[in-house]
Amino acid sequence: MGSSCPEVSQPRPRTACRTGPRRPCRISGGIAAAGRPGARGETPGPSGGSVAVSPESPMDSRMDPAVSAVRLTVREAVHTLSSSEDGDRILSTLGSLKRYLGGAENPALPGEQEEFARMHFSALLRCLVGRLSPAWLELLPGGQLEAPWASFFLEGPADQAFLVLMESIEGMAGPSFRLMKMVQLLAQFLGAGRVAAVMESQCWQLAEPAFPLLQETLLAKLVGLPDHLGNRLQRENLAAFLPQNYFPLLGEELLRVLQAVVDSLRGGWDCSISFLSQVLGKACVHGRQKEILGVLVPQLMALTQGNCLWQRVCWRLVECVPDRAMEALLTGLVEAASGPEVLSRLLGNLVMKSKKARFVMTRKILFLQYRYSTPMLQSLLGYLAMDSQRRPLLVQALKELLETWGSSSAIRHAPLPQQRYVSKAVLICLANLREAELRDSRDELLASLMAGVKSRLDSSLPAVRRLGMIVAEVASARIHPEGPPLRFQYEDDELSRELLALVAAQPVADSPSEASPAVAPVAAEAPDRGSTEGGGIPAQAEGAGSDLDSDDDLVPYDMSGDQELKSSKAPAYLRDCVEALTSSEDWERWEAALQAVEGLIVRSPAATREVSVELAKVLLHLEEKTSVVGFEVLRQRALVAVVVTDPAPVAEYLTSQFYAINFSLRQRMDILDVLTLAAQELSRPGRLPKAAQVGSPSPASPSSSTEAPAWRVVVEERIRNKTRRFSQHFDRPLVTFDLLGEDQLVLGRLAHTLGAMMYLAVNTTVAVPMGKALLEFVWTLRFHGDAYVRQGLLSAVSAVLLSVPTARLLTDLPDELLEAGPWLADVAEQDSDEDCRVLAVKALLLLEKLKDTLLPLTPP
Amino acid sequence: MAASPLPPPDPCFVLRGAQSAVHALHFFGGAQGQVHPLLLSGSLSGLVHIWSLQTRRAVATLDGHGGQCVTWLQTLPQGRQLLSQGRDLKLCLWDLAEGRNTVVDSVPLESMGFCRSSILAGGQERWMLAMPGRGNDEVQILEMPSKTSVCTLKPEADAKPGMPMCLELWQADSSPRPLLLAGYEDGSVALWDVSERKVCSRVACHTEPVMGFDFDSQKARGVSGSAEKALAVWSLDEQQALQMCRTHELTNPGIADVKIRPDRKILATAGWDHRVRVFHWRTMKPLAVLSFHSATIHCVAFATDGLLAAGSGDQRISIWSLYPIA
Repeated sequence: MGSSCPEVSQPRPRTACRTGPRRPCRISGGIAAAGRPGARGETPGPSGGSVAVSPESPMDSRMDPAVSAVRLTVREAVHTLSSSEDGDRILSTLGSLKRYLGGAENPALPGEQEEFARMHFSALLRCLVGRLSPAWLELLPGGQLEAPWASFFLEGPADQAFLVLMESIEGMAGPSFRLMKMVQLLAQFLGAGRVAAVMESQCWQLAEPAFPLLQETLLAKLVGLPDHLGNRLQRENLAAFLPQNYFPLLGEELLRVLQAVVDSLRGGWDCSISFLSQVLGKACVHGRQKEILGVLVPQLMALTQGNCLWQRVCWRLVECVPDRAMEALLTGLVEAASGPEVLSRLLGNLVMKSKKARFVMTRKILFLQYRYSTPMLQSLLGYLAMDSQRRPLLVQALKELLETWGSSSAIRHAPLPQQRYVSKAVLICLANLREAELRDSRDELLASLMAGVKSRLDSSLPAVRRLGMIVAEVASARIHPEGPPLRFQYEDDELSRELLALVAAQPVADSPSEASPAVAPVAAEAPDRGSTEGGGIPAQAEGAGSDLDSDDDLVPYDMSGDQELKSSKAPAYLRDCVEALTSSEDWERWEAALQAVEGLIVRSPAATREVSVELAKVLLHLEEKTSVVGFEVLRQRALVAVVVTDPAPVAEYLTSQFYAINFSLRQRMDILDVLTLAAQELSRPGRLPKAAQVGSPSPASPSSSTEAPAWRVVVEERIRNKTRRFSQHFDRPLVTFDLLGEDQLVLGRLAHTLGAMMYLAVNTTVAVPMGKALLEFVWTLRFHGDAYVRQGLLSAVSAVLLSVPTARLLTDLPDELLEAGPWLADVAEQDSDEDCRVLAVKALLLLEKLKDTLLPLTPP
Repeated sequence: MAASPLPPPDPCFVLRGAQSAVHALHFFGGAQGQVHPLLLSGSLSGLVHIWSLQTRRAVATLDGHGGQCVTWLQTLPQGRQLLSQGRDLKLCLWDLAEGRNTVVDSVPLESMGFCRSSILAGGQERWMLAMPGRGNDEVQILEMPSKTSVCTLKPEADAKPGMPMCLELWQADSSPRPLLLAGYEDGSVALWDVSERKVCSRVACHTEPVMGFDFDSQKARGVSGSAEKALAVWSLDEQQALQMCRTHELTNPGIADVKIRPDRKILATAGWDHRVRVFHWRTMKPLAVLSFHSATIHCVAFATDGLLAAGSGDQRISIWSLYPIA
């Protein structure tokens, strides 16, 4: 074919080698049609012959004169255009060339048109671009030249025009008149819907081999247009080229092409949509899923509704997306689709056909990522559940999810949001599966579930335990409905409600197609009735209809304080109180004593000192015999009051008990809490905050520097006595019980407590040895596997840095600090627990600050 | 509804100085240029204090019951006259006009019970007084100020309702016949037609004696409290028949007094558990539990402007302002 085209500047690198084996992606319209009348570009004409057939073809001899005639005309015209300064002549030349575009009064023969489009159009366009200048346009008054000039770009073969436009815009240096004209022309080009023509032209190339390089270039330019224009125009960029405007446009154009494809299929003509898939995929890879799918999905959703042809086109469109773009497209689609059945309509059985899609849908989204919202998960898993062919995948996914959920290593190393994500996925799977399916793989599921529950309940992070309880309850009820129901005690909160709603909202429909796509409604909150018994009697219609006032204007006050009056007298003396707490069988008296004990301790310190250790013992061993409101808090505050009133013996007693053998976990934790709160109270005499936190105490915010100095002296004096005592007792080998093994929760709490004490021991002489001992303690445990322990250690490091005076840190603990630096940096970067990372960063900052204070001292 | 309810309110102010338990309260409208109404309180020691709500001080003390507990206070619509009932078996009529505070008249009582009396005064010269009578279960009706005994209302022999515990005289808008509501020791509330001297209707509201009730004549609905753990709401239909509407469970037993605010939006109860409870009158929705006192509350009263007063055994009177009248 090269023989007939001597021009060097051929726009189409027909001879270019193909980049890879790409089968043209075809949709058969059913009838093997010879071609499509009216199609532009390379489409064979109605005569059935191709222009690129062999020279021996009889048609070639007929075409030959046409070919040369066209060549001659074009060469002449190009010459005129490039040299003439006569406006009228140029105009008439343009007019004569216009014939080849068709649509004029006397269009050229189809063969000529084709030859022109194929061989000469790009060259002509380049020539037109080259001529463009203000002077040239003004050769004829009133902008008469501009319209015909532009019409070549807007009416000629779209793919070539687009390429020339992009090429010339990219090739021009710096802002110029020509550049701005071209940019405006491109904007016009976009506005006139020519992008659809560009893409459409790529859909009819069935008869000829595809031109991979050309398609590749077109693809890059189409999708990269906003980037190219942005780079070129910098601040002068037009709104139409901004990605947020361009990609929705691209989406609309895609849709128009798809419409044309559907129409042609209906007419019985084949066409290929692989180019469209590539455009879509590439746009998604560029991260523009929201923009392009935001336009496409709602429309496709409507179009595929009950329309098989559209569905097939849509499935094909997704199928043909190259593997490397599959993930971007699928995540975008899952996000944009409003429910499983929409997804099912758009994707068909894609997961069964494409390995990559299956990988993305059943592994990547579920296990490797966790940023997707719950409705997305519901769409995705609902999609898997909607077809009998896909359901085995769902069962498989559930098995794997449960395995991950229960793996103790994942529990330890996966970040909490991911664990939550996996839990949600498990619950959604359960909601989507039928009992029969669950029964088939019950043993396997139950095994992973039970293992998971065990390792989760072992965790020292409350959130992990909660997830374990919630999922275990729901999952066991679904997997093993005949068995005794599993019941845990956990407080109702947003998370638990959300998780339970996932299961409740989707009753398992027997027919997969009935599975509702509805986004799970948040479980309706039970009307809050406060603490009033018998409250909320529904308002009845009263006999007197005249009363129109609404209840809303009378908002109830908090009535939680409305409790039963205790008739029994509270003991008035501490000894009576102790007696009542130990031996009373009268529960009202016992409760009254418990409520009174803190007040009595505070009121009579002298009396307290006489019985302090005994009282501490009683309180420590006190069991909740009746359901007193706030039992834990009452007991804790009483204990704190005892420690504060008589620190030396009581603290000694408590610390010795901490290592004793016959104590429950709860009691050990209590000892730590009490000591921390007492230390806090001692370092800041005054009142404890009314509602003392029962949870793990965190290091309080740095004490304000506005405290009166005199006051401080008193405090220091007191702390010196107390904290030394605490620290002496704590910093000894941890051997008495299995602190390094099973009791990691206590260990974590111990680390937290030591950190808090260290912090509260600021400005005391004992701080330095305490800090040293604490850093050693931290160092030995720094690679502990439990996140809670690590959190405690990190906060302890911060406390040391805050409490030990700078100078002493540098003289007494330089090695420890030097070692701590890299460790902290490592944790800050790599720890799986978010809180650990944050704490490590804080400690690092303190360390950095220390270095800053050090710098002026070091010689330059 | 707000996410978290407001914390319970504190009293606006507290009146101290009654020097003994407060057993009766009565607001005395803000007449004669006084912006704030006066508050009258009757105490266990037999004194009646008149409090200015502006200065929050006692402006006068009336001593007319010989050291015996004052159980009931009521002002007459015409003139500045006050009726006080004491455990010294005397009802005193005081003249308070122009700063006077003298007993102008007194009516002997013949019952040692705790029953508070009631009056029906339509602004005329003559008014009607209902008070516990001589017999254990009798109610005596007098025409005042002549002190003529009109009749004695005695239950039928087989009824045995016990002593009357609280009384309320009233008149329906439609008919001029005076009616009397009486709460009895057996927990029932009865409606008497005074002129016919017969019980129109009776309903058992409580299992314990009725300690106090209030009746909303517009809605024909009343609420009563007793020694037990519940409030009872009852209504009166066109056939003058009393019917139980519902009961409302309380946290602690014992209601000493019940009052509906004059605008009939809310009602307050005086609790033996040291707390005042406020309810929405139409729906009986609990609105607030006011805890301030440290002893049994004996009486509550509403002023026309909506102010609520509670008098307690701890010798204090707390004044509250809730849900202001629009």
